[in-house]
Amino acid sequence: MIRKIACGAGAIIASGFAATAAFAQEAVEVVTEVATPVVAEVVEVAAAVPNPGNNAWMMTATVLVLLMIIPGLALFYGGLTRSKNMLATMTQIGAAAALAMLVWVMWGYGLAFGPEGNEFISWGKFFLAGVTADSTAATFTDEVISEYVFISFQMTFAAITAALVLGSVVERMKFSAVMVFVLVWLTIVYFPIAHMVWEARGIFFAMGALDFAGGTVVHINAGVSALVAAFILGKRKGYPSEPMPPHSLTMTMIGTGLLWVGWFGFNAGSALEANGSAALAMINTLVATAAGGLFWMVTEKLMGHKGSALGFCSGVIAGLVAVTPAAGNSGPFGAIVLGAVASIVCYFFVAKVKPMLGYDDSLDAFGIHGVGGIVGALGTAIVFAPSLGGPGGDDYAIGAQMTTQIFAVVATIVVAAVGTAIAMYIAKALTGLRVSPQVEQEGLDIGEHGERAYNM
Amino acid sequence: MKFIIAIIKPFKLDEVREALAALGVAGMTVSEVKGFGRQKGQTEIYRGAEYSVNMLPKVKLEIAVTDELMPAVVETIQQTATTQSIGDGKIFVLDLMSTTRIRTGETDETAL
Repeated sequence: MIRKIACGAGAIIASGFAATAAFAQEAVEVVTEVATPVVAEVVEVAAAVPNPGNNAWMMTATVLVLLMIIPGLALFYGGLTRSKNMLATMTQIGAAAALAMLVWVMWGYGLAFGPEGNEFISWGKFFLAGVTADSTAATFTDEVISEYVFISFQMTFAAITAALVLGSVVERMKFSAVMVFVLVWLTIVYFPIAHMVWEARGIFFAMGALDFAGGTVVHINAGVSALVAAFILGKRKGYPSEPMPPHSLTMTMIGTGLLWVGWFGFNAGSALEANGSAALAMINTLVATAAGGLFWMVTEKLMGHKGSALGFCSGVIAGLVAVTPAAGNSGPFGAIVLGAVASIVCYFFVAKVKPMLGYDDSLDAFGIHGVGGIVGALGTAIVFAPSLGGPGGDDYAIGAQMTTQIFAVVATIVVAAVGTAIAMYIAKALTGLRVSPQVEQEGLDIGEHGERAYNM
Repeated sequence: MKFIIAIIKPFKLDEVREALAALGVAGMTVSEVKGFGRQKGQTEIYRGAEYSVNMLPKVKLEIAVTDELMPAVVETIQQTATTQSIGDGKIFVLDLMSTTRIRTGETDETAL
């Protein structure tokens, strides 16, 4: 998500115009005057026309990330809740994503990637002013992609991050509250963090923080926000004594597969081109995830339980989350270690720490996205090293990078926590936040939406 | 007339049905139920959340028979559905006051 400062101003604002102009003037002999020939002048604007291959890949990547939201995340989360809340969970995710998309084109893109700005926020291009089909956005090389494609790609990131937060508040939050929360949360949490990490002027970007596809911006952000939201909302009635097993792990597994497939758009698409960096992100997204899935099951077994389907799914997601900041910042074997470690750490957090602390992060949004994101963000500093197969330069220092990563992680946690609290209290003031006990008992499908998921 | 309610293990359903057909039992109602007796459930674990599931899936048969056929039916069910292990189920016999065939309006023995 790094934009070259050099290419930024010119490439984005200018429509593609022809690059080369050459002037030559014939020397005209005049009896009394000597005409001075003008030196041939060649002006070349660096790649003002998008490469169709890169555009095509980025359009595909965008659609893949959309697949991650609907139906990927919708089924993944939906299957984990009770059947009486299935529709509510899926609809909250879908509607939150849709709202995020509209907000993105109104003020989100401007706040995150606008032409004017400082270390914390940018502005300009609200309502996509000035952007046309010929506008371009810079990549990490001299290439450009269509700006609408870049806007769309980043739009799906905003949408999925908002939807991820909902994982901790399912089965008891009002639909209206979700919509208000998402509107406020995106504006005061997501857009600033996206700017700070991924836009050239952003404070963490300028510090050299490594976050290839959103370890901090998406996962730590969503995970911490989910945790704070869960605390403010309160536990589900009956938690933890009443059994609330997933109503359809089949759906969850389908969602897991869709998430894994879609994540290639998320990670490899973050290279902004169909190039070697994207290829590295692709292979890392395969192997880190595979390691994550297997190591969760191994950990279950070593803890005296059976390797489970939900364990495989959870491990897959933990691996994907951990490799997100490292996708183009690690060699494949570093990625494998990262996936395995994240999986094991998340297992212990979800199975041991969470029950001990007693809060109801219903679908482990913090346990997997938050914790996995932290492991990934910090681990990226290690696996980036060339000695471990990473793409770092010969002068790369793990220690210094680790300090930068820690700073970015801690700052993200603080912004996310404070912003989420504000957004939740605004939602509470406007909507009441939590459904009534009767609705919670009967189920949000019927209580909030007037429908049943399964009419059997 | 007697009304027999039998709770059996689900995989025994086909065997029992065939054995009763051989006896001349014309029909029955079958439902999927959950229950427990001395057979305890199992523990299920979802991401570290452990649940003791005490309800086990069973199948309930409801059969209306004449007084004469009742002992044979009870014995057949018991012998076909048993696996000699805890959780095989139980058979209850109730007195049946009346029976009506809806299609024709026939009652009692002619409706069985």
